[in-house]
Amino acid sequence: MTKELLKGNEAIAEAAVRAGVEAYFGYPITPQTELLEYMARRMPELKRAFLQAESEVAAINMVYGAAAAGARVMTSSSSPGVSLMMEGISYIVASEVPCVLVDVMRGGPGLGNIAPSQADYFQIVKGGGHGDYRLIVLAPATVQEAIDLTYQSFDIAERYRTMVVILADGNIGQMMEPAELPPMHAANGGHNGQRASWALTGAKGRPHNVITSIYLVPEVEEQFNQKLQAKFRKIAENEIRYAEYATEDAEWLVVGFGTSGRVAQTAVKQARAKGIKAGLLRPISLWPYPEKRLAELANNVRGILVVEMNAGQMLEDVRLAVSGRAPVKFYGRMGGTVPLPDEVLDEIIRLTKESNS
Amino acid sequence: MTTPIIPVMEQLEDIVYSRPAALAECSTHYCPGCTHGVAHRLVAEVIDELGIAERTIGVAPVGCAVFAYNYFKVDFAEAAHGRAPAMATGIKRVHPDNVVFTYQGDGDLASIGMAEITHTAARGENITVIFINNAIYGMTGGQMAPTTLPGQRTSSSPLGRDVEVMGMPLKMAEMLAGLPGAAYVARRSLHSAKEINRAKKAIRTAFEAQLAGMGFSMVELLSSCPTNWGLSAFDSLKWIEEHMIPYYPLGDYKVAEGIEALSKN
Ligand SMILES: Cc1ncc(C[n+]2csc(CCOP(=O)(O)OP(=O)(O)O)c2C)c(N)n1
Repeated sequence: MTKELLKGNEAIAEAAVRAGVEAYFGYPITPQTELLEYMARRMPELKRAFLQAESEVAAINMVYGAAAAGARVMTSSSSPGVSLMMEGISYIVASEVPCVLVDVMRGGPGLGNIAPSQADYFQIVKGGGHGDYRLIVLAPATVQEAIDLTYQSFDIAERYRTMVVILADGNIGQMMEPAELPPMHAANGGHNGQRASWALTGAKGRPHNVITSIYLVPEVEEQFNQKLQAKFRKIAENEIRYAEYATEDAEWLVVGFGTSGRVAQTAVKQARAKGIKAGLLRPISLWPYPEKRLAELANNVRGILVVEMNAGQMLEDVRLAVSGRAPVKFYGRMGGTVPLPDEVLDEIIRLTKESNS
Repeated sequence: MTTPIIPVMEQLEDIVYSRPAALAECSTHYCPGCTHGVAHRLVAEVIDELGIAERTIGVAPVGCAVFAYNYFKVDFAEAAHGRAPAMATGIKRVHPDNVVFTYQGDGDLASIGMAEITHTAARGENITVIFINNAIYGMTGGQMAPTTLPGQRTSSSPLGRDVEVMGMPLKMAEMLAGLPGAAYVARRSLHSAKEINRAKKAIRTAFEAQLAGMGFSMVELLSSCPTNWGLSAFDSLKWIEEHMIPYYPLGDYKVAEGIEALSKN
């Protein structure tokens, strides 16, 4: 197969189509709108369901319905729209139905702007909705990675009966890059044409199925929570993903995800050219977080620099994982601005000087 | 051995009244005198009569009917507060051959879920909505609903609903009937045997409209809430007749072409 020049948002949409997504529900918001627009054309062409919902609240609850009905289903949005989805997300995780959400983050808080940002880390990785729940969060740094993660995300969601979030930023959504698309699955490829036994399909020849999230008796709700936590532990064991660059002999470690990780990699290369032994850890799964690997690396470096397009959100996870093994510094840009490799390089140099003095 | 005085079921020649097959064999959590149970029974009877239990999917609301899924022997989902029509839309879009209905209270449908019900009707979504209008928030203990009558006392309108502050109650059947996507919209009442029979016919028509693929159908049912109205079961039924019906007139508000032919069959 050959590479094509693809725009991030459209590439994610086509990857989902090829993964066999049967239904898409969404509401326009920049910088993810091309994803919805692509689906508006592509899904009907394949006789699959596409619907522009009246709001993100409606969209996530349509996703909830289609997921409860056992279909491969997704929605996409950007930061303010994702805020509106939080109640539905909590219901979906609590009802244990699989689905995929793509959040192409933009500048905030408030209406903010439409430029790339990573300021939804707390909202997506730490919660945002009510109750004790976790989302499987995958953060691509290239269009190719966005395609690959989206393609896998439905299988992962179905394996654990939960929601997977592709946490991209406006850069990934808007950027055009050469990338390769995966082969086409039939719709509902995940179940080989069979609906899951728990799905709402009509109670034909079996007792009726119920999809719910209410457990009035506290002890029963606690038992259910324990079951969820056990599932989250299993996910934490199996689904950690990260990429490393030049870490073998690194004395200085940079940690960044998505676009920040990509910018940081360029800065690390530049630092190496200057004789600074820098390396990069780029977490791909933000939950579960690659904390073990980070702790191992922290044992062997003299200092760590965290780079993000926010005020320091993943920074908290880095500090927890590092647990004082090495000094941790932060460099962040906010409000829709993107750090330049030179800025990150300056920060790496400053880190080496501060730690040497 | 003595002969039993009470005949066992099989010995009865003609059973005129029994539990619908679509209704589970259990008692409900509804308060004595509440008409949610009557509404459940009517829906179950219609499901039986149309022979659609094996392909029906219900969506329960947040409200007193949150546990409706325990009482119907059909597949069921429990939606977030007000979002049942969106959830039903998601289900129907991936299973167009299934029969999908929501069952919602007035807080759920006419307040928090106003956007979802309106757009679902506007799209002509081919689902059926059973709308329980009891003029109050039952589950949370009797607060004012968008359907609470002028002057009606509730726990959050202790001096009676002041229409200068809260506006007039919403007439959902009339509102939704104005949307082109609505195929069948009717209001009935559950306060007397006669009206219950008429309600059942309307529910049947609503499901038939869906089976014929005609679009959105809704039956608004004026219902009682003795507990939160502070009335006896009997007085509650009288209250529906004397206070609710004058503000919420019964009738068919939208009957799309071809609907009448359906009910005659
Ligand atoms: C988002 C959200 N807001 C508020 C509530 C609390 N709540 C539960 S039921 C209910 C009102 C239900 O009243 P209605 O829809 O009229 O149904 P009824 O109980 O009278 O049958 C409210 C406000 C909730 N569960 N979720």
